[in-house]
Amino acid sequence: MAELDLYTNTVDVSTDISTTIDKALRSKHLLDVDELTTEELELFFSTADAMKEVLSREVKKVPTLRGRTVVTLFYEASTRTRVSFEIAAKVLSADTINIASNTSSVVKGESFVDTIRTISAMGVDCIVLRHSMAGAPYLAAQHTEASIINAGDGWHAHPTQALLDAYTIREKLGRLDGIKVAIVGDILHSRVARSNVWALSTMGAKVVLCGPPTLLPGAWRDYKKDIADEGDTLVLPRDVEVEEDLERALEDADVVMALRLQKERQESGLLPSLRDYIRYYQITPERLAKAKPFAIVMHPGPVNEGVEISPLVARSSESVIEEQVRNGTSIRMAVLYLLLGGGP
Amino acid sequence: MAYAPTAPLIVSGGRVIDPGAGLDTLADILIEDGKVAWIGSSGARPPAPENCRILDARGLVVSPGFIDLHCHLREPGFEHKETVATGTLAAAKGGFTSVCAMPNTDPVMDNGEVVDYVLKKTREGAKVRVFPIGSISKKEQGKELSEIGELIDAGVVALSDDGMPVADSSLMRHAMEYGAHYGLMLIEHCEDPSLSHGASMNEGVLSARLGIKGMPAAAEEAIVARDIALAELTGARLHIAHVSTAGSVELIRAAKAKGIRVTAEVTPHHLTLTEDRVLGPRHGLIGINYQESKSGMAFSYDTTAKVNPPLRTKKDVEALVAALNDGVIDVIATDHAPHSIEDKQCEFELAAFGISGLETALGSLMTLVHSGKLPLAILIEKLTLGPAMLLGAVTKGAEDRAVAKSQVQYSSPLVPKAIGTLQIGSPADLVVFDPDREWTVDPGEFVSKGKNTPLAGCVLKGQVIATVVAGEVVYQDNSMTTE
Repeated sequence: MAELDLYTNTVDVSTDISTTIDKALRSKHLLDVDELTTEELELFFSTADAMKEVLSREVKKVPTLRGRTVVTLFYEASTRTRVSFEIAAKVLSADTINIASNTSSVVKGESFVDTIRTISAMGVDCIVLRHSMAGAPYLAAQHTEASIINAGDGWHAHPTQALLDAYTIREKLGRLDGIKVAIVGDILHSRVARSNVWALSTMGAKVVLCGPPTLLPGAWRDYKKDIADEGDTLVLPRDVEVEEDLERALEDADVVMALRLQKERQESGLLPSLRDYIRYYQITPERLAKAKPFAIVMHPGPVNEGVEISPLVARSSESVIEEQVRNGTSIRMAVLYLLLGGGP
Repeated sequence: MAYAPTAPLIVSGGRVIDPGAGLDTLADILIEDGKVAWIGSSGARPPAPENCRILDARGLVVSPGFIDLHCHLREPGFEHKETVATGTLAAAKGGFTSVCAMPNTDPVMDNGEVVDYVLKKTREGAKVRVFPIGSISKKEQGKELSEIGELIDAGVVALSDDGMPVADSSLMRHAMEYGAHYGLMLIEHCEDPSLSHGASMNEGVLSARLGIKGMPAAAEEAIVARDIALAELTGARLHIAHVSTAGSVELIRAAKAKGIRVTAEVTPHHLTLTEDRVLGPRHGLIGINYQESKSGMAFSYDTTAKVNPPLRTKKDVEALVAALNDGVIDVIATDHAPHSIEDKQCEFELAAFGISGLETALGSLMTLVHSGKLPLAILIEKLTLGPAMLLGAVTKGAEDRAVAKSQVQYSSPLVPKAIGTLQIGSPADLVVFDPDREWTVDPGEFVSKGKNTPLAGCVLKGQVIATVVAGEVVYQDNSMTTE
């Protein structure tokens, strides 16, 4: 058993909030959440609890990752995820370097693989990668010794968002097992939805995906989980449902998560109009009433208030949107710690 | 290639399988002046001529050389991916004695001069016969018809905009009217670009899982249906390239039943792999064993499995194998699409489509034979007689001749009569292979410049031992003994 050594040198060790790590993650990368076990997810959550305590201190700094270098390599614009990772790394005393695609040699036509190899050759320990194309982190992982953290790849995955969402639900409702989570909106293009289905269902939650027919993966709608052969790759967790009827999706939900609707979706012919979307899919107080009393409302941000979610709901007491952002830093600290420094 | 007079050759003691002659027997083949001079049982063979080499084929299968109706030699324009010389070397190693070269070169084979250039490269350094295919539209842009008359004068065997569908139905109609006029075959890459735009794999549960835009089966089937309707309208000979879905098979079956002049081909990869192969080298293999690599981890988003049309589902694979057995699909063609490392070692969505297939074709197809899904004779027929008939080189037995005649009106002067079969007087194009020999696919050993294969590390059972074109041994495995 290795003691979580967050407290050495800087702050008094306070035993009642310290934790012990008796398990390590199986992979040095965080590419997706589909292969994480319940134990691994719990490990992230309990480590995040300890990190949250650090963030509540007056001096938010521990030496845990001193001497480690973390690069954030972002091929897509991002504020919250990038800043959140940077703060997480800095609180843990890692050196951070930020690369955005418009300022790097990417604009000179360097290939992605070359960029990864070059950064790796400089001896970095971790690359936090945001890319517009699904699977890019898997390619990166084949060409580097560094840990790759997927900070969002195309429509595919956004593991730290799913971890922070599950963590927030667990904190607010006290459990994940047996709860119903309705995710509403542009499921087809959502890496947040794709990662959340795995994290939540692994923890025992039931997930219902809901949106207009053009924004739901058609194949998932008809996917008969029971006919999947033994040994076949499971492409959707068994306890995930796809539901086109919003009222049914919201019925008795413990959590309602709205997804950002990009305006381009209407322009590319996927929606009749923004007005149509708002009328039939916006999360309004009336619709929210279908959910359980005291259900919580989430959104991965950035929010289009008045489109996918009514301002009344986004700013209501049920909304935990700001809490998600706050927990994002704790979770990302936990991820960095467990991938770079933690474990026996 | 130069067809210099070659020394006499006897291929001795092999199991000769020639669907064109209805032959499956142990026999010796005597080759003189590049042609089959005699074929029969060893005991009855006339004495070997002077300077005669003897190729010992005991325990091996001897068949007419394979004819690839669909391959990309990349020259001119993409010589870093493949050349006529390297592509035909790969063909020889794969047992192919003739390959049809697709026109998506740079410049595109849309006029006689580019065809002449490819034929010049063929004379200078090809190992096997090369039959160029001309493009349907200028620069394969789908806007104006290519110089069709000039292409025919230059010797093309068919027309195709392969790699690109002919999206404009009206242009396809006009191309077919020209095709019908000359009796020339039009080969269509069936894909509705408005349904497949930005897509990189099969659309289905897996593409939804991976967050990759998929091509629905309907993108292929919509154009198959359209082209069948246009073939009926114009009377043109339509050949559907690389059929990949169960739905396309049904459309082609119905069209054939109606007497519409449509034929079809399928690739080895669509017969043996599913979309799951995108998840990594252990996934999506049907009847193929993968030997775990010790070096490195296996990751998903494997670009070696990115091909157009995409690898589909088990249900599609089963329908394609059934369609070979019942004759709806006429030909197996490789769609050999060599690429450089940079074309594939990149983000999945940016990676080039295509599989380097000439050298693994027989080995992967033999899994269908070993698993009892396809008789060896049918496999050989789809690689020899099938394409030879479409090229107008042979007409099947007398009972089928009426049909065959209506199917074939045009034959390029580049295509020798009676290739694809081993009868006395036919060109001595043949392959000798060991149906049971196991080998592990190592792209490093490919003679093609394209090392892009989804089969690296797979153990295949069935290997080419020697390839003979016009009596000349153009490829020979180390194990082959000659006297």
